[in-house]
Amino acid sequence: MKNKLEVVPFVDSPEQKAELMKLIESYKEVPGALVQVLQKAQLIYGYLPLEVQITIAEGLDVSLEEVYGVVTFYSFFSTVPKGKYRISVCLGTACYVKGSQALLDELEVQLGIKSGGITPDGKFSLDACRCVGACGLAPVLMVNDDVYGKLLPADIAGVLAKYAD
Amino acid sequence: MYRSHILVCGGTGCTSSGSAKVIEALERELAAQGLSEEIKVIRTGCFGLCSVGPIMIVYPDGAFYSGVQTEDIPEIVTEHLLKGRPVKRLLYQETVAEETIKSLDETGFYKKQKRVALRNCGVINPENIEEYIAYDGYEALGKVLTEYTPEQVIQIILDSGLRGRGGAGFPTGLKWKFAAANKADQKYVCCNADEGDPGAFMDRSVLEGDPHAVIEAMAIAGYAIGASQGYVYVRAEYPIAVKRLGIAITQAREYGLLGKNIFGTGFDFDVDIRLGAGAFVCGEETALMTSIEGKRGEPRPRPPFPALKGLFGKPTILNNVETLANVAQIILKGPEWFASMGTEKSKGTKVFALGGKINNTGLVEVPMGTTLREVVEDIGGGIPNGKKFKAAQTGGPSGGCIPEKFLDVPIDFDNLTAIGAMMGSGGLIVMDEDNCMVDIAKFFLEFTVDESCGKCTPCRIGTKRLLELLDKITSGNGTLEDIDKLEELCYYIKNNSLCALGQTAPNPVLSTLKYFRDEYVAHVVEKRCPAGVCKGLLSFEIIADKCKGCTKCARQCPVGAISGTVRQPHVIDKAKCIKCGACMDSCSFKAIVKK
Repeated sequence: MKNKLEVVPFVDSPEQKAELMKLIESYKEVPGALVQVLQKAQLIYGYLPLEVQITIAEGLDVSLEEVYGVVTFYSFFSTVPKGKYRISVCLGTACYVKGSQALLDELEVQLGIKSGGITPDGKFSLDACRCVGACGLAPVLMVNDDVYGKLLPADIAGVLAKYAD
Repeated sequence: MYRSHILVCGGTGCTSSGSAKVIEALERELAAQGLSEEIKVIRTGCFGLCSVGPIMIVYPDGAFYSGVQTEDIPEIVTEHLLKGRPVKRLLYQETVAEETIKSLDETGFYKKQKRVALRNCGVINPENIEEYIAYDGYEALGKVLTEYTPEQVIQIILDSGLRGRGGAGFPTGLKWKFAAANKADQKYVCCNADEGDPGAFMDRSVLEGDPHAVIEAMAIAGYAIGASQGYVYVRAEYPIAVKRLGIAITQAREYGLLGKNIFGTGFDFDVDIRLGAGAFVCGEETALMTSIEGKRGEPRPRPPFPALKGLFGKPTILNNVETLANVAQIILKGPEWFASMGTEKSKGTKVFALGGKINNTGLVEVPMGTTLREVVEDIGGGIPNGKKFKAAQTGGPSGGCIPEKFLDVPIDFDNLTAIGAMMGSGGLIVMDEDNCMVDIAKFFLEFTVDESCGKCTPCRIGTKRLLELLDKITSGNGTLEDIDKLEELCYYIKNNSLCALGQTAPNPVLSTLKYFRDEYVAHVVEKRCPAGVCKGLLSFEIIADKCKGCTKCARQCPVGAISGTVRQPHVIDKAKCIKCGACMDSCSFKAIVKK
């Protein structure tokens, strides 16, 4: 299944590039710094496209295979861009037993995308995540850094409406 | 000097409920009423009772406000802080008595708790090292460095009977002893704060509420084994914990409690943070160390154990956050004090993250040996909506489901293992009659299939096959033979996987098979899901007698499967129905049933 935005060409601003090069420079001599560099690089770009992985591999003098292997191993890293509003529905145990799967199903219907996908206009991306630690408020979902708790499927439309712009 | 202190919870649970805005509103209102010089607002760590957040306590009265909203603030400030009349309407109901306010310790939630690891959470400001020091902080480190030899420190920890709180329950002192015995130019102390078990958040709460307790314990461990460097491996998903830990490390360095020549004793120790990047397997010790090295976090065979060859090939110990949070107290109060709590083989207390179908969700710390019934019924306040208890799940994806008949078993490491569950990191999820145990087993298997690192075959392929079998059963295509196959495969995976992830992955299936086999049988023989969860086995029907023909359900149905004329009974087209249940939720006449 091809992700719709995967074909969007990677755009690199001079500022981002300069920041990335500075980052690589500061970790060049640190042993075992790959994961840390990738985490910070993802903060610069929002995701880790192949172009960025290549720059990091060359900069830290490790093979691209190793970089790619690490990127795909950890769920924190994404090789595709995320939406302006990143929705993550918690599927941790406490949320799941309280019906968070129904929230995810409802979002899939309302947004017309599957979990892991992004709307064609790039506004919303939808993911399932494992526990944000707000188990007392289960079931929980997050939109960027905002947490919404104790939700029912009927509340989903109201949550989405807050991000209408 | 302040005449009153207001403690507001700044843990993740209450922050999610809006406590940051409450603090802002409080400070604004206090300034507006000219009280800023008299009353101090302090953002603390977790109080534990997350379900009724945001929480705040006003001292010296000890008035416990729950579910505080920004619009309540002017009333609280005017009535309580200015006029001295607590706003009873907003107090946590159990603390409201006729004439006075009851202490928190008298409420059902707190009465049976004993806080050791969480002692400072919700009490001090975690971003201020002086508050920690005021509560005997770093006294244990000073005592160890000036009065004890490393061997004596290890002996104290051994005598206390402290066992690892991360899951396996290995004696902490023994771990330290092994690492101390190996000679090397460099050794490491690692702290496992990669709390991967979904539904467990005690480590996060300790880091958020009392980060110095972990740093101090790591320095003590460093002295005991002869290490000068520590790493805390913490999940990137815990931004508040990471931030407070960072502040704590910086402050400890400024005060000379980390770095070179601590307390002028010539002992050097420093701590750095490493962020996890989302991999459950990194909770396994060898995988965690590989991850700190910047690689894919895959486990490696043991031996050699990390005590001999760990991080960067050097002797390393790895302790869990909660384990470390006990260490300074053991040094100060003595091993006998710690060993006086708990059961014969499990000493001290254990923190549980209570969640799921229970009234008081949150964080609780009880002495080992407390029964599950006390935790669920007394502290947790029972099951909401008058539903019936079905099972308690402990140990997360590596653990098992405990049925009602074992509710009176005293909780400790060995008892839980004996009944097919495990202590794990302390997630405790309560399930009621509306939860399907086959579906829960499938839920955990989906998790392990996702999180299997792929290095060894039994785990990589075996868990996938297990999930397929469970899928087959929950979709209504299973046979009795599949249940036997399921069991056989479970034992195969358990016996042949490389690391603990694979060895314990079948536990959710095995424990539900053991105690809820009838539910599996109902799925395959009667093609029925007794709890009404598994969509493949459900059907929705409209009872013609009860249906008023209001058309509400037809308008709610997302796929247009309901048809009928106004004021006439409607019908559901089963071929179109996606079994979402929206119609049943919308019906005002209870005319739709799930079978």
